[in-house]
Amino acid sequence: MRWVGDLKPVRRLRTRPFRPIRGFGGGAPEDGTGRGGGGESRRATPARGALLRWTVLAAAVAAWQLTTRTHDSVYFPPPAEIARHTHDLWFSGPATHAFLTPEATDNILPSLARMATGFALAAATGIALGTALGRSRRAYALCNPVLQFARAIPPPALVPVFVVIFDFGTQMQLASIVFSAIWPVLINTAEGARNIDPLRLEVAAVLRLTTTERLWLLLLPSALPRIFAGLRLSLSLSLILMVFSELLPGTANGIGFTLTDAQSRSDLLTVWAVLVLLGALGYVLNTGLLAVEKRLLGRGRPT
Amino acid sequence: MRRRQELLLGGLGVLLAFGLCEAVSRAGLVRRSYLPPASEVLARAVELAGDSVFLEGVGATVRVWALGLGLACAIAVPVGLLLGSVPLVDEAVRAIVEFLRPLPSVALIPLVSLLLGSGTETKVALITYASVWPILFNTIYGLGETDPLAKDTLRAFGFGRLSVLVRVELPATAPFIAAGLRISAAIALILAVATEILAGFGEGLGIFIAQSGLATDGTRDVLAGVVWAGLLGLVINSVLVWGERRLFPWTPEHRGRR
Repeated sequence: MRWVGDLKPVRRLRTRPFRPIRGFGGGAPEDGTGRGGGGESRRATPARGALLRWTVLAAAVAAWQLTTRTHDSVYFPPPAEIARHTHDLWFSGPATHAFLTPEATDNILPSLARMATGFALAAATGIALGTALGRSRRAYALCNPVLQFARAIPPPALVPVFVVIFDFGTQMQLASIVFSAIWPVLINTAEGARNIDPLRLEVAAVLRLTTTERLWLLLLPSALPRIFAGLRLSLSLSLILMVFSELLPGTANGIGFTLTDAQSRSDLLTVWAVLVLLGALGYVLNTGLLAVEKRLLGRGRPT
Repeated sequence: MRRRQELLLGGLGVLLAFGLCEAVSRAGLVRRSYLPPASEVLARAVELAGDSVFLEGVGATVRVWALGLGLACAIAVPVGLLLGSVPLVDEAVRAIVEFLRPLPSVALIPLVSLLLGSGTETKVALITYASVWPILFNTIYGLGETDPLAKDTLRAFGFGRLSVLVRVELPATAPFIAAGLRISAAIALILAVATEILAGFGEGLGIFIAQSGLATDGTRDVLAGVVWAGLLGLVINSVLVWGERRLFPWTPEHRGRR
C-alpha cells in the first residue's frame, strides 16, 4: 500500500528518462519494442493481433472496391483494376527478365539505382564527417551554424540550382538526393559521437586504446542508435527527392517520369499504379533498414 | 565564457563557408552564371526583403504551411490518443497505417493536383498528409511511455479513464507531440516548396524559385530564394525548439542544455 499514499509517482514521471526522438516520428515507436511499462501488457496476443490486422485491412480494401465500383469515378478506379494494371504494366514480362516488362526495366531500375547510390553516398559521407565533427568540440562549434542552416533548407528548393549546374539527368538527380539526405545522418552522427558517456572515454583512455580501436569499439557503437535515427530520416528524404527530381519536366525516365507522363495523359490507372508501387517500395525499404538496425543494435537499447 | 567561445567559432565557420563560396565563384572554378558569388546572392536576398510581390509570395507559402500543419495537428493528436489508449483499435488500424505512411508524399502531387487543381487546397491537402505521420506516431509512442505507476495511482484514487488521460497521459505525452510537431514543421515546408515548384504558377516562395530557375542567368535569384527558404526553416525550427524548452523543461534533452 506504500504507493497509494505516496504521490511521488507523478513527479517521477517527469524525471523518468526516455529515449529522445529527434529523427522521424515513426522511428522509435513503429517496431513496438519500446512500448509501455512492463506492468501493463494490454495488447492482444500476436496471433490474434495479426488476424485482426489483416481482417481489417481486407475489409478496408473490400469497402474501397465496393465504393469505387458503385460510384464509378474516373479519378478513383477500383483496387482490383489497379492491381491488374500494375501487373500488366510492369510484371508481365518474360521469365528471362524476372517477369519485368521493358517499361519496368527502363523506369523502375534506373530510379532505384539512383536512389541507392545517392543514399549510400550520403550515408557514407555523413557518418564519416559526423564522426570527425563529433570528436572535436571546436570543429563541431565551427560547423554547427552552417550545418543547421543547410539542414533547414527544404531540399526541393535546391533542385532548380542543380538543374542549372548539371542539366537534367542522373547527375542532377544524384546531387539532389545526396544533398538532401546527408544532413540528417551527419548531424545525428555528430550528436551521437559527442554525447558519449565520459566514463567510457576514461575507460578507453585507461585501456590505452588506439584511435582506430576507439573509433570501432567505442565511438561508432555508442553513436549507432543516433546514426540509425538519422539514416531513417535520410532514407525517406532520398525517396522523396528521387521522385521529386524525376517529376520535373525534362527528365527522360524513372518512376517519377512515369507518374508525370501518366498525369499529362490523364491516365489515372497508371498514376494509381505508381502510387501503389511507391508505397510498397517505401514499405520494403523502411522495413529493411529497421531489420538492419535491429540486427546491429539488438533488442536491448544500449544506453 | 565557453558559450561565447562557441558562438565566436560558429560565426567564424559561417564566415569561412561564405568566403569559400565567394572564392569558388570568383576564381572561376565554376561558371559565373552557374554559381554566382555569395556576396551577390546575399545582396539579392536582402534586396528581396523590400520587394512586396516577393514578400506576398513568402506570406502565401507560410499561410499554406501553417494551415496544413494545423490541420495535421487537429487530425493526428486525437487519432494518436485514440490509437495509443485503445489497443484494440491500434491493432486493427495499424496495417492500414503501415501501408499509407511509407508512400512518399511528393508522389501524391500529380494525383491531388488532378483532383483539386493547383490551388491552395492541393497544397494544404498534401502538407496535411505528409505532416500527420510524425505527430501521430510520436503521440502513440509518448502514450506508451507514460509511467504506469502514475496512471495506477490516479486510478486507485478513483479517477476515471478520461481523467487519467487528461491529467497524466496528456501532460506526459505533450513533449513527444511537440517533438513530432517540430519534425512535421520541416516536412510541411518541404512539401509546400515542392508543390509550388511543380505547379509553376500562382504565388509563393517555391514559385519564385521555379520561375527564376527558368530565366536565363536566374541562378542568383534561385539562390537568393533558397537563402530565404533556409532562413524560414531555421526560424521555424528555432521558435519550436525554444517553445519546447520553455514548456517542457523537464525532458532530459532540454535539461542538459541549461
